[in-house]
Amino acid sequence: MSRVWKVGDNVSTDEIIPGRYNVTTDRQQLAKAAFIEYRPDYAENVRPGDVIVAGKNFGMGSSREHAPIAIQASGAKAVIARSFARIFFRNAINIGLPILVCDELHGAVEDGDEIDVDLATGQITLADGRTFQVEPLPEFVLEIVRAGGIIPFVQSGRF
Amino acid sequence: MGTLSEEILSRKVGRQVRAGEIVIVPVDYVLAHDQTAPLAIESFRKIGRPLFDPNRTVIVFDHIIPAATVQAATLQKMIREWVREQGITNFLQEGICHQVMVERGFVTPGAVIVGADSHTCTYGALGAFGTGMGSTDIAVALATGKTWLRVPETIRFEVKGELGHHVYAKDLALAMVGTIGVDGATYMAVEYGGPAVRRMSISERMTLANMAVEMGGKTGLVEPDDTVDEYLRGRARDPYERITPRDPVYSRVVEIDASSIEPMVAVPPDPEHLAPAAEMRKVKIDQVFIGTCTNGRLDDIEIAARILKGRKIHPSTRMVVTPASTRVALEAMARGYIQTLIEAGAVVTNTGCGPCIGRHQGVLAAGERAITTQNRNFPGRMGDPTAEIYLASPATAAASAITGYITDPRSLD
Repeated sequence: MSRVWKVGDNVSTDEIIPGRYNVTTDRQQLAKAAFIEYRPDYAENVRPGDVIVAGKNFGMGSSREHAPIAIQASGAKAVIARSFARIFFRNAINIGLPILVCDELHGAVEDGDEIDVDLATGQITLADGRTFQVEPLPEFVLEIVRAGGIIPFVQSGRF
Repeated sequence: MGTLSEEILSRKVGRQVRAGEIVIVPVDYVLAHDQTAPLAIESFRKIGRPLFDPNRTVIVFDHIIPAATVQAATLQKMIREWVREQGITNFLQEGICHQVMVERGFVTPGAVIVGADSHTCTYGALGAFGTGMGSTDIAVALATGKTWLRVPETIRFEVKGELGHHVYAKDLALAMVGTIGVDGATYMAVEYGGPAVRRMSISERMTLANMAVEMGGKTGLVEPDDTVDEYLRGRARDPYERITPRDPVYSRVVEIDASSIEPMVAVPPDPEHLAPAAEMRKVKIDQVFIGTCTNGRLDDIEIAARILKGRKIHPSTRMVVTPASTRVALEAMARGYIQTLIEAGAVVTNTGCGPCIGRHQGVLAAGERAITTQNRNFPGRMGDPTAEIYLASPATAAASAITGYITDPRSLD
């Protein structure tokens, strides 16, 4: 089971990790700064396998890859949003952070709920038994995901 | 056949492409700056291939320059060593990457340029397909000279009429974000056209295209014309052809009457919440900032200097001016604008991103309020997360510096 960290619409990369914490490439340091001002309780309490459930346009703003890295390094298993900002979407796919698009989930869960997220089937199951299916990704993007990110994808000769 | 982005990408791919397709496209230039290059270099090393072209790689130091902390200095040292090791010829420390890319003639109509900075969309002002990406995407481009893109649908803004007195491209850009929202153009290209856009200078077009990403846009494009040719004469690094839309099909066309726009401010927490500056007089301002890739060019500094000439900034406020590039700074000095601004009480910094990103040169304390010419007002961007950031034109920012509260520049005439 995954614990839900629920956030709202239009969470910007400045809120995921403020710019002044980006002066490192150390994943653990970035993890400590994940949502440091937006959800100061996050970095200390997140457990491996937790999920972030967001509203519309998650990750808007800067192109900083530090944002998905901070989330990934914090132990979160996936981000499930009603929609994603474009650059964040690419960055997450590229580094292998699972991102799932599901319009209805945000309205159906509360912060702290326990849910089951099956990354292989894209099925999300709530404690009360309700299930949600995430929207499929484009085939090309799925190939990058299956390769384990853009670096192995490129190394496999696709570029 | 197609929109400006479909036409540009079709030319690059060598066949007609359509919105919705995923294509692998050769790139003309690849950009990274001091903040995003370190992760790009790490990913580039993991890929393990040689650099695609040291002459088509551009590294610019602009985010924290000169280095403000040991951490930043350490990363910059690493980037400098990598630049030397790779034989990269375009290593620039003379202003904000997007300003420098345009000034130095890297940006030409029809070029595809990827940058590890979200405001790479600015290059559409000259009819180039510029788009921002993360560091690993940039590493792939560094290693292969290519990138993958979903050919975007396009939203077209058709701007008629004329901007009024003390109403500027920035007010129009804010009005656009306010009209379609911060995710109104997600995954899409934005095209700007109509008589009001055709009359605009390159600098003004850059202000518009810069904020395409503030609507979620992949790029923001203006059809190249004589203004672009004139700007690029003796400046363009590569030969180019004007590429224009041919029988385009737009997802949406938004008509705007420029004459209906007033001096605007975007109110926290994001650029889609707008209010007329005239209605915001109760908002006291602690810091005024003029600069950035949105509004740090010569015309922006000139507008501020004209308003501040012979006046003083209000004693309860402070003002920071950061010219977008060394060329802009030198010209602003030669014309006396810098002297005017310093005499009015402003701090004029070296060129770069300045306080826009909250690292140095004017960080905000808890509860403070800033009015700034930048493109983003997300919580925490300029310092403490409870600080409030209001976005405006250089004229509105300069007028607010004089009174100490948000001020419609027309009220000071």
